[in-house]
Amino acid sequence: MDILASLGDGFGIALTWQNLALALLGCFLGTIMGALPGLGPSNGVAILIPLAFTMGLGATPSLILLTSVYYGAMYGGRISSILLNIPGDEPAMMTCLDGHPMAKKGMAGEALSLSGVASFVGAFIATWGLILLAPQLVKIALLFGPAEYFALFALAFMTLGGVSSTNQAKSAFAAALGLGLATIGVDTQTGVPRFTFGEVHLYDGLDFLVAIVGLFALSEVFIFLENRHGGNADGSKLKIGKLYPPMSMLKACTPTMLRTSVLGFVAGVLPGAGASLGSFISYSMEKRLVDKEKTFGTGDPRGVAAPEAGNNAAAGGALVPMLALGVPGSGTTAVLLAVLLSLNITPGPLLFSQNPDVVWGLIAALFIANFMLLAMNIPMVGLFTRILMVPSRVLMPIVAMVSFVGIYGISGSSFDLLVMIGFGVMGWVLRKLDVPLVPIILGTLLGNSMENNLRRAVTIDNGNWLTLFDSPLSLGLWAIAIVGFVLPLFFGRKVKASMHERRDEEGSISD
Amino acid sequence: MKFFAPRGAIAAIALSLSAVAAQAQENPECIAPANPGGGWDFTCRQVGKSMQDLGLIDKTMQVVNLAGGGGGVAFAEVVNKRGDDNDLIVAASSATATRLAQGAYPGNTMDEVRWLASIGADYGVVAVAADSEIDTLPQLLDAIKEDPTSTSVAGGSAVGGWDHLKVLIAADAYGIEDVRQVKYIAFDGGGEAVTQLLAGSVQAFTGDISEAKGFVDSGDIKVIAVLAPERLDGEFSEMPTAREQGVDAIGANWRGFYAPGGMSDEAYDAWVSKIADLYASDEWKEIMAANGLAPLDLQGADFEAFVSDSVAQIQSISREIGIIK
Repeated sequence: MDILASLGDGFGIALTWQNLALALLGCFLGTIMGALPGLGPSNGVAILIPLAFTMGLGATPSLILLTSVYYGAMYGGRISSILLNIPGDEPAMMTCLDGHPMAKKGMAGEALSLSGVASFVGAFIATWGLILLAPQLVKIALLFGPAEYFALFALAFMTLGGVSSTNQAKSAFAAALGLGLATIGVDTQTGVPRFTFGEVHLYDGLDFLVAIVGLFALSEVFIFLENRHGGNADGSKLKIGKLYPPMSMLKACTPTMLRTSVLGFVAGVLPGAGASLGSFISYSMEKRLVDKEKTFGTGDPRGVAAPEAGNNAAAGGALVPMLALGVPGSGTTAVLLAVLLSLNITPGPLLFSQNPDVVWGLIAALFIANFMLLAMNIPMVGLFTRILMVPSRVLMPIVAMVSFVGIYGISGSSFDLLVMIGFGVMGWVLRKLDVPLVPIILGTLLGNSMENNLRRAVTIDNGNWLTLFDSPLSLGLWAIAIVGFVLPLFFGRKVKASMHERRDEEGSISD
Repeated sequence: MKFFAPRGAIAAIALSLSAVAAQAQENPECIAPANPGGGWDFTCRQVGKSMQDLGLIDKTMQVVNLAGGGGGVAFAEVVNKRGDDNDLIVAASSATATRLAQGAYPGNTMDEVRWLASIGADYGVVAVAADSEIDTLPQLLDAIKEDPTSTSVAGGSAVGGWDHLKVLIAADAYGIEDVRQVKYIAFDGGGEAVTQLLAGSVQAFTGDISEAKGFVDSGDIKVIAVLAPERLDGEFSEMPTAREQGVDAIGANWRGFYAPGGMSDEAYDAWVSKIADLYASDEWKEIMAANGLAPLDLQGADFEAFVSDSVAQIQSISREIGIIK
């Protein structure tokens, strides 16, 4: 009961008018920043730090403002994924896969409100996880050495087949392309620059924000330009559908949301895995588990609920290593860590005993922000869906403008704009060839950590590759990975046969 | 369109923060040459906040994150485009000197900017897990000497970076002939490296005191050597130095600022005296104590000479271990 008493104290600290107003402001700004392509949670938090300092806020109010922005951005990222097929931030990428098809089917309202609920469930469960398990969870992070991390990333990529419903070879190609792009930059294990051509902007590798905005947003603009020119404008207006998901849909998605919340939370707890891996694993595991009819990727509500619950749970999970170890599990928590340090609070094993007011105030703030976001997001669905009413010829120039201004505003470098245009052209070509874009981003995003952990593991064991299979945990991860990879090969024929059957049926119906 | 008006407006406000500061010349600006959350970012933000609290600057210090190339992008930007900006300072540290020394900022040298002042130093530490059998620095170095493959040392910088060099300086001072044999594993930041020490993946950790502090307080790791000339003050006084264990190695990660090469002498002197006032204040002493920053009080010409010396020292070590030719 100590926990509840501490939590009560936390609410006592957090529930003042000033703090509630800050939480409301943070949630609102965060949602908008999340929805804007390019501006993700880490930039959102970084932009608001000066505001918190200028207002002369103390430790707890500053944290309340900034974590509200953090959670808000995690909610907001899905909006542009669903409506425009452009992820608002990295973790929202997986939401494009089923969210946009749902919107195309005329279920944009349902998709938005369902994903709002899923975000809430994920974040809610993760916050409880943070309260009950934070000190114990640190031990999970300590089970993961470089070899285990590599096995985890390998698992993620081996289940990749589940991600895109089109040609498997093409998604393998896309993932390989992404992994290749990830090798650009200074190699941390030897200090040697690779594929940089003496260009100092490439020393840190490609910024995946630039890649995402280029691949998704700009290529969308190019496709529009092309269609427009050919006189083949997308004449069919998207329908919004209902604003609230029917109970049956929520019911069908509940087991999915619960499973992926736990999965996402665990991924978030591991430093270096983070929210993107959380939503990625949530989606592909869920697809393996429940996608019997091969509806994932075509607008299955469960395909929207899974990554949203997963990434919001991971956002909560990422706070665990940040608070309890002082090790940030994601870019955003790195920024929060810096804020804590500049407020003279040192996160670490002793934070919970030395600064209980800050910790419990923060946790209470997370609950408040979460409820506020749910209350704010569901009614706002109607507002968001207006975006679909905007004709493409108005929307697309705005998308292009926001992309350019957003990327330049973050990095202040015209080199990044050129890289973004390059990615835009590449995205356009790849779309023409029907190559899925998501695996490219996943490769770029996770490739570096995967490679570094592989090389760390092998170096630690003096070049012995068997070290990768040395612990029960890594063996377990490999087993899941292999099952996830091999099973579809065996059952592939059966599934394909049934798919053909269905296609025939559909064909005969449409005839 | 109703929806886009507020959305666009807020984006414009958010994004114009940096643009406005760049144009309005009377506004102090600090470039942190890395993403938010790192040491340089901390230097800019903490100094900006303290200067404003003390009334040394009227307006909020605008912090601009200009990441890339381990600080190289920011260095090139300052040299090429902002060469005569009087309102601009840039956060720097030993890592900046290391990269300048190793020629990792292509085409740039330390003479192209004006070095302002230091705000403190973070002395290097070598630590092991609390339950490790190793208790002293010589024990660790003996183990490495006997069988370099048996001991992995983790640090937060890339190979050839400052965390790596520190352990090599110690190994070199102890008489390990071929320091290249020391097995160094690079992690993404000191925090991750300490975590892997706790997880038992590696045997030793090299980093800064500030990175190790939380884990020393909680009793998870023990510091076997501080690479400082003499014992530090206060709560850090229990940590033995490398010198008193017979290993003559000093490694300080200093933190400070440089300014554009074309900054006017007036502006340069004004910045130097502001940072000196900040350094002398009690508020800054508290911040240094809380963050494990040790004194390093160098301004103007003294600081310039100090940076130049450390670049020369790093160049000679790097040449010895074959990182540069």
